[in-house]
Order: sequence, then C-alpha cells, then structure tokens
Amino acid sequence: MTEILVLVDHTDGAVRKTTAELLTLARRLGEPSAVFVGTGIDAARDALGKYGAAKVYVLDDADLTDYLVAPKVEALAQLVEQAQPGAVLIASDAEGKEIAGRLAVKTSSGIITDAVDIEAGDDGPVTTQSVFAGNYTVSATVTRGTPIITVKPNAVTPEAVAGEAAEESFSPTISEAAKTAKVVGRKPRAATGRPELTEAAIVVSGGRGTAGKFEPVEEFADALGAAVGASRAAVDAGWYPHAYQVGQTGKTVSPQLYVATGISGAIQHRAGMQTSKAIVAVNKDEEAPIFELVDFGVVGDLHAVLPAATEKVKQRKG
Amino acid sequence: MSTTIVVCVKYVPDAAGDRRFNSDNTVDRGGDGVLSELDEYAVEEALKVRDAGDDVTIVALTVGPEEARVAILKSLQMGADSGVHVLDDAIHGSDAIATSLVLAKAIEQQRADLVLCGMASTDGSMSVIPAMLAERLGLPQVTFGSEVTVEGTSVRVRRDGDAATETIEATMPVLLSVTDQANEPRYPSFKGIMSAKKKPVQQLSLSDIGVDAGDVGTDAAWTRVQQTQERPPRSAGTIVIDQDGSGADQLVEFLAVQKFI
Repeated sequence: MTEILVLVDHTDGAVRKTTAELLTLARRLGEPSAVFVGTGIDAARDALGKYGAAKVYVLDDADLTDYLVAPKVEALAQLVEQAQPGAVLIASDAEGKEIAGRLAVKTSSGIITDAVDIEAGDDGPVTTQSVFAGNYTVSATVTRGTPIITVKPNAVTPEAVAGEAAEESFSPTISEAAKTAKVVGRKPRAATGRPELTEAAIVVSGGRGTAGKFEPVEEFADALGAAVGASRAAVDAGWYPHAYQVGQTGKTVSPQLYVATGISGAIQHRAGMQTSKAIVAVNKDEEAPIFELVDFGVVGDLHAVLPAATEKVKQRKG
Repeated sequence: MSTTIVVCVKYVPDAAGDRRFNSDNTVDRGGDGVLSELDEYAVEEALKVRDAGDDVTIVALTVGPEEARVAILKSLQMGADSGVHVLDDAIHGSDAIATSLVLAKAIEQQRADLVLCGMASTDGSMSVIPAMLAERLGLPQVTFGSEVTVEGTSVRVRRDGDAATETIEATMPVLLSVTDQANEPRYPSFKGIMSAKKKPVQQLSLSDIGVDAGDVGTDAAWTRVQQTQERPPRSAGTIVIDQDGSGADQLVEFLAVQKFI
C-alpha cells in the first residue's frame, strides 16, 4: 500500500489535534507514516498509533530545530526520496506552509495549500479549498511529483483506528547551507486554559464594540467552553493580543459555531471565519454587514446581552 | 558599502470589490486592482532600512500583466527608487512554483543584499512565495517578522508562532518577510506621488531574465484546478432586537436548540 507521510505537529511530544486529522485523511489515500521531528517521541507514540500511523519516522537532531525551516525541508526531501510516498500532508500553519513550499521546489512537486478536504482520486489526491473569503470552493489535483498538501484545522473529525506506530529511525544529512537562519530565542506561549483558537469547536470573538472590555467576551466563551478571538480593530487598539486575531492577517477559523460580538464584519474579518458552520452575532448596529452572514443575530449592546446570556448558559448547564 | 533591497510586490484584485474566476479557472485580474495591502508593510520596512542606513537602493519588483504596474507605481510613490516589471504573455496562469522561479531569476539580476516580501498576498494568500524564494536563491529564510531589527548586515526578527515566539537571526544577503505587525506603512506624500512619475521602471520579458516560457503558465503548472464553484449565499438568519434582556434569552434558546449547550 502506498505510504502517505504526515508531518507531526507537536510541542515536546504533545501532539496537536491537527495531526490526528491529517492521519485520518491520510488513511483515505494509503498507509499513514508519521514523521516526528524533535524530542518527545515517547509522549507522542500512543497518540500517533491511535489514529492509524503504521510507521513513525523519528528525526531527533538538534540541527533540525535550531534553524528555521530549511533543515526540516532537507530531511523531508531525503525521506520522500527514500519512501516514495503517495503524498505528504502537513498542517496549514505558517511554518507548515513554508516547509511545504520549499519541499515542493526541492522535490519538483506540485503543492496545494489550505485544503479543507482530501479524497482519493484516479490521478492522486483531490483537494477542496475555500477561497476569496470563503466565497468560492476550488477542487484541485497535483500533476507532477509527490503531491504536497497542507490541510487546515477542522478539515475532518479524527477517527481512531489502531496503527502499529512502528518506529523507524531516519538520519538525514543536513547541509551547512540550510543552517543560516538561526533560532536564537524561543519563548513558549503562555497557556490560557482555553481551547486552541484554530482547533476549537466554538469561538467567541470581540471587536471594536467591546470598547476594550473583553471580560464579557471571555466569560461567555468560558461558559460555552469556547476559544476567544478578536477582530483586527480590537488587536490594533491593543485590547487583545495579535495571536488571537481572526481574519485575513490573523487566524482562519472554521468552528461549529462562531459568535461575533461587537464586530461589524469587514471583508478582512469574514476571510477568517466565513466557513464556520453556524454564525451568531451580537452588535448594536443593525446595519452591520456581519448580520448578512448570521444564522442568528441579536441587535443589542454586548455589554448587556453577553453577561445575561452567560448566566443563562451556566443555569442550563447546571 | 551600498545595499540593494528588492521588494516583491503583487498586483491583486481589490478585496473590497467582487472577486471571481475566469473561465480558464485563473483569477480574474480585470477591473480595479491594487498593490496587495500586505506588501505595503514590506515596502515600508525597506524604507525604514534606507532611512537608517547609507547608500541604500530600493527596487520594487512585480510579475504580472500590464496593469500590474499599479503595484510598482504605489511602491515608487511610497518611496522606492526604481521598478522592475516582468511582463510576458506566457506567464498567465502560472502557479506559485513558476511564479517563484520568475521572481528568483529577476532577483538574481539585481544582486540584492535584502529581499523583502509581505506575509501573504490578499488574493491567493498561500504564503509560500517567500519560503520558495529562499529555497531557490539559497538565502537564509527570515520570515513572518513581526518586529525587525537590521544592524549592519545582521537581520533579526521576532516571529510569533502558534506554540511559541521565536527570535530568528541571519546575516545578509537575507530573504525577509514581514507581517502587518512590523510597522505602519506610510501614505505617499504629494511630493512622492509627483516624483514617482519620473522614477525608472524597467520592463523585462522572460527571455531577458533567462526563463524558458515552457516552464511557466497554465500548461506548466504542477497543480490543476478541476473546478471552481461559487459558494451559495448563506440563507438569511433570524435577527432579533434586544429589549430588556430578551436578546440574551433568545440567543441562549437558539444555542440550546442547535445543541451547542
């Protein structure tokens, strides 16, 4: 059976949900092999096997993580050469897309980014992408080399199927030329205790209408077990960190439920949330364009609506 | 010591307008296009380096149809010194792989010390061109800089990732991309707009930069779009007006019916 390489997204062995999603999609195309770069394989092995990884290539060399992207690309290119996989699947975050882009050039292969679905086809994987702020869907295939595909979070519900997760060590040769952009500092992001923004089933975002007070947004999010997001206006005003920005220049989210509060719904914001399954908005301005998108909208002041709704959610949940 | 900066700028359909595909599944770039907003941050970063240094020259480079000169013109108005426009009918329909090839060949001719890019285009928004250029040019990749420090030939950035914030360092020549957090792009001054008209813009064909026309365009693309489909408009939802707490009641009722609670 054709091997499908899945680059594991993890922090010290804590595997992110996107990797389980990639492994699930990989099973549609062939036999998933996880590629684990860095330290912490002992913590990761069970999670990889649980979602069907037949093999796990372990690449644990400091050069791979001390420099930006390039060494990982060299290693993956050598692995592609050796394993001749049917496709390489990578998570669609900033680094994932950079790795995919360089790998495509290095291996003379076609690349598709930001897939929201993948199916097996007669001529290799067929991807679905959502473009122009979600106004169009595009299906595409790779016609040359090894299909290199980056996949957005929440593309699929992870399905557990036991895999061997048989460890194979792989020692790539990293050239001096790949070791030129050095990572001289790394500060892990502080944990918020909330779900990861791009992976959450529910996202509650605040915008200009918060006037800088995010407590009602956070408390409503916590009552729902949701992640918190922010519009560009709120981030530019310094009210919320950029890491939580939803929109074209921030994160793209596609949760089951997106709640936009005090957000007018400019095209740049829509680009980051328009593919959400259900959309709810609370805004004082009944003319706000966000109301064109919603399944349910409340014209009202978020500072009054959210605290009252938070109490009612808590009551219902008991 | 003189420094040459090449800023890659892209001409895109205005995101505020109606964006669509052509019948051959390429992006419709007719109508009013603009310099991709995110490339303005790259131009600004180049201007900051020039303001702080001696003998720095900024070249704005674009690949695209005739109308793409708009992207160069805006860069010149902001303060870039000259423009290079790679213009060739064969380029139409090129994918990111081919586009990066054309850009890389054009950059090689400029002998750049610093290649600057935005974090993404506002149309394709793949965000892969800077990394592909670093690969093709063999330059250190210093990308997604949200804070940039250039001291002599040293380039250092703060890169905000999902899991961690990293500091990346390299020595020129370097490929640098910046996010919209890196700076505040200046508006062209009246003087800038007037002087831009006199700045040189070189038009180059594929043969001028040594690219085989067979390596670019729709037929050479390593990916194929099977189908593009307009998403059906969302059906109109329920909108209620909050009166003395009724909004919260109805909102929670909606969430309960939809099984989110």
